[in-house]
Amino acid sequence: MMLTDLTIAQAAEGLRKRDFTAAELTNAHVKAIDALNGRLNAYITVTADQAKEAAAQADKTLSAGDAPTLTGIPLGIKDLFCTKGVRTTAASRILGDFTPTYESTVTANLLANGAVFVGKTNLDEFAMGSTNLTSAFGVVENPWRRNGDDTPLVPGGSSGGSAAAVAAHLAMGATGTDTGGSIRQPAAYCGIVGLKPTYGRCSRWGTIAFASSLDQAGPMTRTVEDAAIMLAAMAGHDAKDSTSANIAVPDYRAACGRSLKGLRIGVPAEYRAPGMSAELQAVWDRGVAMLREAGCEIVDVSLPHTKYGLATYYIIAPAEASSNLARYDGVRFGDRREGASLNELYERTRHDGFGEEVRRRVLVGTYVLSAGYYDAYYLRAQKIRTLIQRDFTQAFESVDVLLTPTAPTAAFGHNEKPEDPVQMYLNDVFTVPASMAGQPALSVPVSLDSTGLPLGLQLIGRHFDEETLIAVGSALEKAADFTARPTFRAGAAA
Amino acid sequence: MSLDLATTRRIAKLARIGLDDQEIETVRAQMGGILGWIEILNEVDVEGVPPMVGTSQTTALPQRQDAVTDGDRQNDVLANAPDREGPFFTVPKVVE
Repeated sequence: MMLTDLTIAQAAEGLRKRDFTAAELTNAHVKAIDALNGRLNAYITVTADQAKEAAAQADKTLSAGDAPTLTGIPLGIKDLFCTKGVRTTAASRILGDFTPTYESTVTANLLANGAVFVGKTNLDEFAMGSTNLTSAFGVVENPWRRNGDDTPLVPGGSSGGSAAAVAAHLAMGATGTDTGGSIRQPAAYCGIVGLKPTYGRCSRWGTIAFASSLDQAGPMTRTVEDAAIMLAAMAGHDAKDSTSANIAVPDYRAACGRSLKGLRIGVPAEYRAPGMSAELQAVWDRGVAMLREAGCEIVDVSLPHTKYGLATYYIIAPAEASSNLARYDGVRFGDRREGASLNELYERTRHDGFGEEVRRRVLVGTYVLSAGYYDAYYLRAQKIRTLIQRDFTQAFESVDVLLTPTAPTAAFGHNEKPEDPVQMYLNDVFTVPASMAGQPALSVPVSLDSTGLPLGLQLIGRHFDEETLIAVGSALEKAADFTARPTFRAGAAA
Repeated sequence: MSLDLATTRRIAKLARIGLDDQEIETVRAQMGGILGWIEILNEVDVEGVPPMVGTSQTTALPQRQDAVTDGDRQNDVLANAPDREGPFFTVPKVVE
């Protein structure tokens, strides 16, 4: 077995048994990145030298004994997390050569846990998108191909670079961020595990903001156990983020393999959207059967405001984005376009610096917050958000976890993207409601469709009950036995 | 819903995003489509429903001590400035 084929759990054990060194493990990943990143474009910046230094340090820590869990584990970091001394782009031109002078809390936590960062992964510009087609640093290729078809496919988004890197074994795990599905949907498209924790579980400090009431960091890995290991290292209270929860971080890994006897799994009627493919419906039904077999009771539930989730999201998220992105003004950091007046400087900088989708969202957000429209759009959306959250609160009175598909389709081709932005937004239809309500949610790869592409199922849990999600997710993973691997991965093709 | 050009221009101005005439027209059409789709929300009865203003599950956000905890980072703050003069950010002349 190649070192790049190991899971985080296996590699952590191998390092401690001295089967291989952290230097060897990191070198294997750097070599794989060298061979495949030119094609996949999963990384915007590769930090091979820093990774090698960190790996050497990890070997010393491992020799001394009592090394933290992630010591020597090579990870990819979504290029939305500020990393001290390493250029951070948010996949936007407007940040230019922005090099943070500080480290985000989540990445600082991972470094303190011994992790080795191999690079900064590609994303949709400012995490706005579901395809990775909006990156100013080029599109990412999904490492999967349809059977007998060489059409390049999108990895999903916005954490598409992270998903592609993990799926292609160019990292053992990666950080993602999820605002309306940006961890779960790319995880499903790339056949990996993606966990969006409860809002407040991971600190947002030092993560470039998109929509602050929704943004949440989480792990993307090849197994549920690895997601549990990574989340434990990422999570925790942080005084620098006032919305970070002061709640103890449990031993997530211990939840893997826990008995599901007596757990109640809700199947929400409203997610049986008209037009759902028979294939996706069949995968969902199989997931239900697997959990029933594992000892769960299956309960039909209703989340009546589901159909309003997306439209509500496309008011709230752009509104918050228009406010958060006001800081990119060409004065304090990033790229600048000169102008005769201050306004001209702002207008030129923001026109040239932001891509089309980001501009569109900033403009929609500005509109829904502007005088005369605020009550009709923004205030109404906030009220409907309350109703969406109540749906979940009521459902969780009778069930422990909800099971739904993660995304309406499998990955599609770079050239098959809908031209209409509204059609594009429908990708997030199953992931957005949980984001709106702040619930934790986990995507697990379950099977391949008839064209050979992965499909995932989503588990949604109670606030701060990631443990039950992990327990149910690991049972689903075991029953599904998803062992397929993509066409492009370390050692398989270059 | 359809959005008129004057409103689109005003929004672009408020957002400080410079758009030429053709871009304004494209944005007008696309924003009109998005806002039309959002009108589905008008069918929801929100009478008496309080707005959800935060996602945090703890009702009261903590207040920190009103004290200086950081500082003396002039070079860090200015490190990424596109243009600086000594300890200052620069902008075009605002007052004649």
